[in-house]
Amino acid sequence: MSSSRIATGVLAAAAGPGATARIKAVLGDIFSWRFALLLFAGAVVVYPLLWVVSLAFSGQQSLQLVELPDDAGFWQQLVALVPLPQQWSLENFRAVLTEQPFMRWLLNSLVVSLSTTVVGLALSCSAAYAFSRFRFPGRDRGLVLFLISQMFPAVLMLIPLYVIVVQWLGLGNSWLGLILVYAITALPFCVWMLKGYFDTLPYEIEESALLEGASRFTIFYRIILPLARPAIAVTGLFSFMTAWNEFILASIFMDDEALYTVPVGLRFFVSDYASEWGYFAAGAILVSLPVIALFMALQRFLVSGLSAGAVKG
Amino acid sequence: MAGIEFKRVAKQYPGSQPTVPGLDLSVRDGEFMVLVGPSGCGKSTTLRMIAGLESVSGGELWIGDRLVNDVAPGERDVAMVFQNYALYPHMTVFENMAFGLRVRREPEAVIREKIERAAQTLGLAELLRRKPGQLSGGQCQRVALGRAMVRDPQVFLFDEPLSNLDAELRVQMRANIARLHREFATTSVYVTHDQVEAMTLGQRIAILNAGELMQVGTPMELYNDPDNVFVAGFMGSPPMNIIPVRNGGERVSNRLLDLSLAGLSGLGGELLLGLRPEKLEYAAAAPDHWPRLRAAIEMVETLGAEMLVHLGVGEERLVARLPGLRPLAAGETIELAFDPQAVYLFDAGSRQRIRLAQPAGHAEPVL
Repeated sequence: MSSSRIATGVLAAAAGPGATARIKAVLGDIFSWRFALLLFAGAVVVYPLLWVVSLAFSGQQSLQLVELPDDAGFWQQLVALVPLPQQWSLENFRAVLTEQPFMRWLLNSLVVSLSTTVVGLALSCSAAYAFSRFRFPGRDRGLVLFLISQMFPAVLMLIPLYVIVVQWLGLGNSWLGLILVYAITALPFCVWMLKGYFDTLPYEIEESALLEGASRFTIFYRIILPLARPAIAVTGLFSFMTAWNEFILASIFMDDEALYTVPVGLRFFVSDYASEWGYFAAGAILVSLPVIALFMALQRFLVSGLSAGAVKG
Repeated sequence: MAGIEFKRVAKQYPGSQPTVPGLDLSVRDGEFMVLVGPSGCGKSTTLRMIAGLESVSGGELWIGDRLVNDVAPGERDVAMVFQNYALYPHMTVFENMAFGLRVRREPEAVIREKIERAAQTLGLAELLRRKPGQLSGGQCQRVALGRAMVRDPQVFLFDEPLSNLDAELRVQMRANIARLHREFATTSVYVTHDQVEAMTLGQRIAILNAGELMQVGTPMELYNDPDNVFVAGFMGSPPMNIIPVRNGGERVSNRLLDLSLAGLSGLGGELLLGLRPEKLEYAAAAPDHWPRLRAAIEMVETLGAEMLVHLGVGEERLVARLPGLRPLAAGETIELAFDPQAVYLFDAGSRQRIRLAQPAGHAEPVL
């Protein structure tokens, strides 16, 4: 809000008389404690990111961007904290993409995440619709159980999931195992999210379609799903990101380096046996690009989707 | 087209009082029937049972010669117009009207022709490509009407379709609906809580209260010849004055009025007397044999051509609808008179109408 007010303030100043008061107000905004707090919070968030970007573009593997002499003074140490590499280079990106199996991992991640999104959405849309519109035995209990399952840390499920997926189903080292686990663990959140949105859609619309002779499935497919697009976009994004960023399960289920997802692969740049921080940083940036692109594409749905799902109409 | 027959039709939700205990009602083929009553009287439930959106818990519901108790909504061949329009927001006006036809797999050319015809009738031709979000409330309601029309159903159902519109539009849409019914003469059932809508639209009106049918009849039958206090109080605006009177054998009286009636013997000691506000007149201009009453004015509502004068004596309250010719002020005492033939009597306990033998009591007024 501050920035828009500053912008209007500047415009007003350019517009002419009567503007000094507004300039004063804008200056008051800038030098207020709220603004300072915002700046500080912004710095806390942005600083580590800048550090990663600098590492990625530094062309070297060391965490230190600047060589410090042993007797470095206070000023030199302070300068070393500024995340600016000594020279800019794309070497880390080139190496990650060509010398390492990074593209392979990226493909694995993409397949797993997209499949998770599709499977997860198919399951959660139909389940959420049933929870929203039908009254059946176990409905309330089911919803509560979904909530309860969210209260435990995901790591708790590690061992049972390993036993079920790898030992019983024999789905270790396969995309399918990961896809199933991701889609299903994301289900409770997705169902609640979508149910909240379905609840806001007026039921008369469906009654009207029923009277026109449409089947339940036609109504679901031709009316409810198109209307719920914002919520579906948000839920889909959530499913995608859970799968895309997940590390622990993937690292346990996947032994074969060729089947690693990106987070697992990245981890091996920095381990007991290697400390290739430059590759790590470059890889991390490459990994975030698809998610950023998705966010951009779905931006117009995000605000309405999140709030609409949250508030019951 | 088809009539609708309710035979002891009941609706009860599990674990609660019956919403509709047992309704007998028949809507004739091609008739415009209005269901009216206060909120919670079961009129919407009744309508939704016809549509199949509520199941029937008991009795038989017939549409035409088909028992529809267990027929799915989509197979009843009825169309419904909802209070909140219930248009499909993501479809254009054209697609909205086409949806039901497409579900039934009608040829696209036929769909186009039907929609264009309906759009002409309803003045929607310019709006076919718009989406509901870009339309005004009145336009939305016309689209909802059109969507129902193109299906050419056996029965039209209306669930308070005008409640969301402003007063002026409501009058317009009322005329629209009446015109459409004259043109197509499709059996229609119309639910409203507004007695003006009921009077102006209905060929017959069914008045419901707490799930019970109070009376069915043409608007004028209900207005002139109510069966009970509820109907008397519901039809007409302002409603009929209902005032308690003592039965003196040959006269009924209270602190406001005193009139002699024949046939009172054998009735209870406490009666309710009904008198329409428009039946009260200035005493000066009234025939000599009309009973008089004198009362203080408590409040005057001026409506231009007429005024509603609230009178009171002690506990007794009365509203008179008088021509707005002379200025009246609160506190003033005026003398009014009424035709003794215009009086209705009701039993104080059962609140049912007591029809006295002629000549005393109510006679059909000469129009």
